[in-house]
Amino acid sequence: MTSIWTVTLATLKKDIRLEWRSKDALNSMLFFSLLVVVIFVFSFDPLAEESRHIVGGLVWVGFLFAAVVALNQTWARELRNQVLDAYRVSPAPANALFLAKVLGNFIFVGVLEALMTPLFVIFYNLRVLGSAWQLIPIAILGTWALVVNGTFFAAMSLRTRNREIMLPLLLFPISIPAVIAMVAGTTAILTGEDSAHFYIVLLLTYDVVFTTASLALFETILHAE
Amino acid sequence: MKRLFPILSIVTAILLAYALYEALVVAPADALQGEVYRIIYYHVPSAWTAFLLFFINFIASIQYLVSGKPAAKSATKWIVIAIGVIGVIATFIPAVQQMLPTGMRPSAVATTVILIPAFYFLIGKFFPGDRLDVLAVTTAEVGVVFCTIVLVTGPIWARPVWGIWWAPGDIRLTSTLVLWLIYVSYLVLRRFSNSAQTQMLAAALAVFGALDVPLVYFSIWFFRTQHPQPVIGGGGSMDPRMLNVLLISWMAFLCFAFLVCWSRFRLELLHREVEEAYAMESLAGSVAGVSVPLTRRAQ
Amino acid sequence: MNALKFLFAAYIATWVIHIFYLGTLVRRFKRLRQQMKDLDRGE
Repeated sequence: MTSIWTVTLATLKKDIRLEWRSKDALNSMLFFSLLVVVIFVFSFDPLAEESRHIVGGLVWVGFLFAAVVALNQTWARELRNQVLDAYRVSPAPANALFLAKVLGNFIFVGVLEALMTPLFVIFYNLRVLGSAWQLIPIAILGTWALVVNGTFFAAMSLRTRNREIMLPLLLFPISIPAVIAMVAGTTAILTGEDSAHFYIVLLLTYDVVFTTASLALFETILHAE
Repeated sequence: MKRLFPILSIVTAILLAYALYEALVVAPADALQGEVYRIIYYHVPSAWTAFLLFFINFIASIQYLVSGKPAAKSATKWIVIAIGVIGVIATFIPAVQQMLPTGMRPSAVATTVILIPAFYFLIGKFFPGDRLDVLAVTTAEVGVVFCTIVLVTGPIWARPVWGIWWAPGDIRLTSTLVLWLIYVSYLVLRRFSNSAQTQMLAAALAVFGALDVPLVYFSIWFFRTQHPQPVIGGGGSMDPRMLNVLLISWMAFLCFAFLVCWSRFRLELLHREVEEAYAMESLAGSVAGVSVPLTRRAQ
Repeated sequence: MNALKFLFAAYIATWVIHIFYLGTLVRRFKRLRQQMKDLDRGE
């Protein structure tokens, strides 16, 4: 058990270091996230009374697009340098690589979300009418849901002809229950009209189920390339 | 075997015609909906057929995933047996019986549950090795066809009855839509993946899809309890004469689905045969290409 | 009367979809049989 965590953390640290050095990709993704928010602001009138009810959806759709852009380059570096072949023959557990990628993506998408959220708050004059602290488990569990499946499907898409479009094609249908929970939960908290308790439990269940499934099947996927 | 297909085709055609007659003429008109409710005799059997086909795909995918790994295979076998045994015993427990929806008899649930291990072992026996994957792609594709019909006839039914094409909270239609999306993405993956192990990837995706379906159901169910929506397709119990016609229609469509699957299965086998032949030829060709100049020089 | 229009639309749509799919199967069968014939001739 200790070896899996050591490899995971080492891989994660390496990824973060490399990402930090090549800030181009980072910057363009940040700018893309900002653009998504701006497009939404112009498309969905922030002054309209119904805004408060749909902002939950807008925020998570924005996060979803930003996540897809980030996820698409998950394995790009490994592909360029044939690192995956090295992993296949090494004794390091495949799951360590997977976990490192998921954690890296989680941090990265989290940063994007942290930057997009204040923009939404400002442009839509958001005030939380329900219990605001509940937004934290929703944000964490929701992001994990997108990132764990996204990393897995990114690996599956590696040898497909249209790699970039294949990831959202696979990810979106499977993510629907999580998206329903994220959006409905966020809306419930923002409007204060309902309890988000069920949605948090649903997201937790979703995360447990798909993290287990991904860990169980990642080795099969890795050797499939 | 070859003569069986035309015979079955004729039988199926007769069954379908008979089912149509029953649906349009014999079945009584509905008290609330009039004649338009008869869409149900195409809509519901298509749904049941699609779900059955996707279920077979799920079983075939699991078996394909564990086929190379004896430990996993044996574990899966025992889990499936356990599901069957526990499921059947559970239907006898009063606490569980209370949780069943009204009108659902425990014996019906027990029969359905016992079908899970039954399907698992039958499929494992009759579709060895690579045929599991052929079965998987067959049932996925034909399942999508039937699922498309469900999603087309559903709104056509809803419009005259409820005045709307679609209700976002309608749990059955929305779950079916997600199931359709998952399996279309499955077929897209199969088409665009050119890895040697496309089949494994697709099997993994099928498992993910199957895990997703109950979660979809619950998420929409809870959303709907907070935001009540009209239920397309109605609920509640059914006139026994209508139920009778529904079952006749389902039997006819099952026979039809079987024939379509058989055709698709044979098509896939032929496809793989041709691919292998091409591979052999290019292999022979490359060998010949190397040896010809040598023999010429030797002369 | 108006409602019957929907009933027939649903039934016709069902068979259109089935026939369309069967058509694709027939087309693929034909193409594969042609390829098989070409391969046999080539040998």
